[in-house]
Amino acid sequence: MAQNVSITLQNTDEGRAIAAAILSDNPAATVASMPSLTKIDCPGRLEIRRDSVETQLGRDYDLQELQLSLISLAGNVDEDDERIVIAWKN
Amino acid sequence: MAVAAIGPYEFQPKDRLENFHGNQVVYLHWEDHLMFCAPVAFPLPPAMPFAAFHDQIVPAAYAQHPDFVSIDWTQAEWKLDGAPFTPDPAKGLKEQGIGHKSVLVLRTPGLTGINGSHA
Amino acid sequence: MTTLLKEPKAKKLGLKERYAHLTRGLGWETTYQPMSKVFPFADYEGIKIHDWDAWEDPFRLTMDAYWKYQAEKERKLYAVIDSFAQNNGQMNITDARYINAIKIFLTGVSPLEYMAHRGYAQVGRHFVGAGPRVACQMQAIDELRHAQTQIHTISHYNKFFDGLHDSRHMHDRVWYLSVPKSFFDDAASAGPFEFLTAISFSFEYVLTNLLFVPFMSGAAFNGDMATVTFGFSAQSDESRHMTLGLEIIKFMLEQDEGNVPIVQKWIDKWFWRGYRLLTIVAMMMDYMLPKRVMSWAEAWEMYFEEAGGALFKDLARYGIREPKYADVARKEKGRLSHEAWCTFYNYTHAAAFHTWVPKEEELAWLSEKYPDTFDKLYRPRFEYWQKQQEAGKRFYNNSLPQLCTVCQVPMLFTEPDDPTKICFRRAEHKGETYHFCSDGCCDIFKDEPEKYIQSWLPVHQIFQGNCGGATIPDVLAWYHLNNGVDNLDYQGSPDQQLWDAWMKDRGKAGG
Repeated sequence: MAQNVSITLQNTDEGRAIAAAILSDNPAATVASMPSLTKIDCPGRLEIRRDSVETQLGRDYDLQELQLSLISLAGNVDEDDERIVIAWKN
Repeated sequence: MAVAAIGPYEFQPKDRLENFHGNQVVYLHWEDHLMFCAPVAFPLPPAMPFAAFHDQIVPAAYAQHPDFVSIDWTQAEWKLDGAPFTPDPAKGLKEQGIGHKSVLVLRTPGLTGINGSHA
Repeated sequence: MTTLLKEPKAKKLGLKERYAHLTRGLGWETTYQPMSKVFPFADYEGIKIHDWDAWEDPFRLTMDAYWKYQAEKERKLYAVIDSFAQNNGQMNITDARYINAIKIFLTGVSPLEYMAHRGYAQVGRHFVGAGPRVACQMQAIDELRHAQTQIHTISHYNKFFDGLHDSRHMHDRVWYLSVPKSFFDDAASAGPFEFLTAISFSFEYVLTNLLFVPFMSGAAFNGDMATVTFGFSAQSDESRHMTLGLEIIKFMLEQDEGNVPIVQKWIDKWFWRGYRLLTIVAMMMDYMLPKRVMSWAEAWEMYFEEAGGALFKDLARYGIREPKYADVARKEKGRLSHEAWCTFYNYTHAAAFHTWVPKEEELAWLSEKYPDTFDKLYRPRFEYWQKQQEAGKRFYNNSLPQLCTVCQVPMLFTEPDDPTKICFRRAEHKGETYHFCSDGCCDIFKDEPEKYIQSWLPVHQIFQGNCGGATIPDVLAWYHLNNGVDNLDYQGSPDQQLWDAWMKDRGKAGG
């Protein structure tokens, strides 16, 4: 079984929109809510897509803005202009 | 192994005997009484007779425990640095092998702490 | 015929190209001096790097984006700090006992942020490749920001509560603070590759989630808006630092097969060093949050056993295995916080924060979260201490504890397979005896005894006459700790009196 990758976001307006975008693009993702934060786990691989975040936010979004909402992550990260991928290789 | 270093790497131990102004460090622990969270440490004269250690240091450390008054000292078991040990009350600490940074562990059979919780 | 020659419009560079421009071609082979003199720390640890350009920063954060988003984080944080102060946020926390966790944070953690700033600035100078140098320099700036924002935020509590007045001084002197101090000094006195393995990988990637995620969530749950905000503001940088930690490990492992055993040895060492340091976080989570989010054992399962398990499975392709003694940590998870809290209960007369016996409902929560250990091993002593306190005989341990030579924590840990027996380990080196709390600390000593024979062990330093005098009040004065104010039980403390007065006034304010 693929090991979980994970991302944890702040419970802010932007954080909620990013979480919603991740959940719509990654059907296998599961959510855990704690006071002030949301932890999303997903087996093997998880993708954050710029266009999906823009749809949720209703404005242009630069993926580097993720820096403002991020609390933690687990997995290897690869970022370009369109998406951020968090994945385990095994 | 040696420390990987950019030059010679040799230092004096910070806790060597001569730094303690004539005392040596002795550690004491009472098994099954973890209300005292860890073994305790004392700077003591190496010539201190074990009787003085027994009569002054041990009660200062442990008399607060409700089991303390119930100790049958004729049954008490000691270990010195991990090996069974029979103290000689008249002899000094160093003379009977209790050296700098030695550990003395006391076990009092039948006493297992508050409500038998080893505390 | 005239031709209108129009310059083709420059295509905007993609993130990968922009990042490549930032981090490539900045370095050069030196000619006035040999490279080995310009970068004197690059080789001596035995790590072989063949191609520094193979380094990839996964976030590819460019300098313009870095300044833009860091400035935005600062604006948000300082707006919250102002708002917190203007709205008397200190009165909206659940209970003033909670502030004692913040006292530990300010004296134990914030000075490490500053040390991290220095450490990354140093490594940023000494790495040969431009990519990792840029990443380390950004992190050095982040760490300085963390130290500053934590001090600014917590300074508001210093207006009301005790024990927060001289954190930097205390960090260098107070006995339990030698644990975090010596941890970081150990890392900072190593070479650049070991430093990054220690701090970026073992500490930031593998372990700090346990401090910053569930504990900060707990701060939110307890109404501490100020701490949550600096916590998450720092943690957003931390995610970037975590990726640096994983990247440096992979980089070393991919560059040369000979690096694998060296990296594994460092992972083993720094996992254990970091885990021992987190003992105090275990106790903060289980005992110092009046409203609790999750237990230490649950956090350990989520953030080490599950997340760490996935990580080490991923690294297995390089020949890296789970850190040595992770099994011991697993066995200790049901007792760590209790053993630690009991230790501070023993010695709170020499600490810059208060301790207490948990309330009835808190004991019930501990019993529920730790069904195998709490009622059998720990509840009886709390009930006894409670009775003693009610009889006016609050228990304090009158003797100083034996300390572990490596982690410097009092020898409070029990045998991995027997929670009723103290774990004693020892080693001889050049005719001297040294004591340790665990096989983990004993192994670390045996690998580099020359380093740890220099340990500044607070108890021995008091005995040697280096800490202001021979009595507890002398030592407390040398610590800059106000005896009778900052220390002792929470019951009867000035903090408690202040809080109770606020709560009483709150009832009256309705009229």
